[in-house]
Amino acid sequence: MLELINITKRFADFCLEEVTFSVGEGDYFILLGESGAGKSMVLETIAGLITPDSGTVSLDGQDITPFKIQHRKIGLVFQDHAVFPHLTVAENIVYSLHGNALTKDEKQEKVISIANELGIKELLNRKPGTLSGGELQRVALGRTLVQQPTVLLLDEPLSSLDTRLKGDLRRLLRAIHRKGQTILHVTHDYEEALSLATKIAVIHQGRIIQSGTPAEVFLHPKSEFVAHFIGVKNFFEAKLLTTNQVSYAFTHNNFQVRIVTDIPDGDGFILIRGEDIFLSNQPVETSAANTFKGIVIEIVPNKTGVDVAIDAGIELHALITRESLEKLDLVAGKTCWMHCKATAVRFISK
Amino acid sequence: MKNRISSIQLVFVMLGSLVLLFILAPLTGMFLNTTPGQVFETARESEVRNSIWLTIYTSFAGTLIFSLAAIPLAYLLARKKFPMKKLVTGIIDLPVVIPHSAAGIALLGFVSRESALGKIGSAVGLNFVGHPAGIAIAMAFVSIPYLINASRDGFAGVPVRLEKAALTLGASPYRVFFTVSMPLAWRNILSGLILMFARGMSEFGAVIVVAYHPMITPVLIYERFGAFGLKYARPVSVLFILISLALFIVLRWLAKEKTSEMAK
Repeated sequence: MLELINITKRFADFCLEEVTFSVGEGDYFILLGESGAGKSMVLETIAGLITPDSGTVSLDGQDITPFKIQHRKIGLVFQDHAVFPHLTVAENIVYSLHGNALTKDEKQEKVISIANELGIKELLNRKPGTLSGGELQRVALGRTLVQQPTVLLLDEPLSSLDTRLKGDLRRLLRAIHRKGQTILHVTHDYEEALSLATKIAVIHQGRIIQSGTPAEVFLHPKSEFVAHFIGVKNFFEAKLLTTNQVSYAFTHNNFQVRIVTDIPDGDGFILIRGEDIFLSNQPVETSAANTFKGIVIEIVPNKTGVDVAIDAGIELHALITRESLEKLDLVAGKTCWMHCKATAVRFISK
Repeated sequence: MKNRISSIQLVFVMLGSLVLLFILAPLTGMFLNTTPGQVFETARESEVRNSIWLTIYTSFAGTLIFSLAAIPLAYLLARKKFPMKKLVTGIIDLPVVIPHSAAGIALLGFVSRESALGKIGSAVGLNFVGHPAGIAIAMAFVSIPYLINASRDGFAGVPVRLEKAALTLGASPYRVFFTVSMPLAWRNILSGLILMFARGMSEFGAVIVVAYHPMITPVLIYERFGAFGLKYARPVSVLFILISLALFIVLRWLAKEKTSEMAK
């Protein structure tokens, strides 16, 4: 198990502050954060390229903070691949096996085996300058995996790839993980996190602000930043008021939302997932406690369906299917009704 | 479409031609005033042959020996921040800006028998003054900035991430230096080595103070000019220039072959 305990590192214009999390054996752990949040620094600290001011990095119970980089048994794949341009693909991979007690033939065997696994066997004699981004990423992975690292660190491995190659590499990463490889992967893309992670931590301005399973983090974001970052658009500051055990949240412009919660009254945020709002062309009787009339502002297709932005006093976003959009014949400027169960509205205290 | 030459380009071409003429005219004049027969006769003189060989091997030895320390220093300058780095950089450029005869005087004090280095040399039977070792030191002194500066630029062009990647792949810092940093900076290092060697071969001022004898070719040319006049100095000069040019063309060609082979 990889554990970071209170890692702090100060730079002139940035600092990692008491970063603490643990990656269990066999986990696919994703560290999610915006550009400049400190994700790569965390990886470089684990790899030993950055020495923390305080805190410890331990691997399988052993404090590896004072260990030299080359003795950490941690593999790091850089965002820009960092494949050696003056060496062939085979030489790049065998570079990691130097000092190993293996014979030349055994090394060769290992290189071919990893190249087969990653689908780069035909590239072994090529120089990196002639390879595509996806091929370079596989070479960088192969070069790291051939060392059999205890933990594989991946720095935004999919960021420079097109959609098709991203899919290919995701499948490859899942396959590597299925074989038991512990992986710590940093990214700014929450969809990437959802598709791969068994555990997630969110980092913001050098601090871990939430961690847990993907469901815990995505369904129960603990802060406005996490909610916005993971793409929850219906997130508003509000005041909770409960009268006779019936709770309402009021936004700054007195927009009123019925809510079911046992949280004490006070200031906080309300969160409604787009998937939890359904639409109709007429006011209809439903079990939903919240029904709002509004005007369609914008319709934006996305990967999972269609995001419909509606002005109902506040701007709300409903995520519906393309079929529903066609059935309701929604267009910008049209009036419609939005329905949302009180139990689907989450209130997060400040 | 016809390429039109603007007036500014025309002025610059004319000025550039003057510079080229300034470089080529004296050399051409010297070559035209020297017959192939004279050059051939001069080449047969053992004094001339010995001095050319001495010039080549002392410069080569100086370049090779001092590069062992100069290249790591260039790496430090490219990679590390340290107090008074600008001062260190300035010190490295000093040999280029000071008069070379003055550099020779300074070196003479440094390598004479009374100096610490001279005493160490004497202890093993080596007197740097008037010795090829002294000549190599004088040549290296005036030419080492070329190697350090070229190598520093080369190392600065090597992405730090490649070195970091090598470290995470289990390489020691020494292995990273020799297998990643050096090969990737090699084009510049080689260029620096050739420049240092060439500059060392052409040195006169510092060498003549440290070692008049044995005579390197620039000193021999000067001596022949002083003792016998221009006519006797010209054939040696022409021969030395021809050999130097041939040597540098071969070295440049080899360097190009080597670097393009690495880039394949």
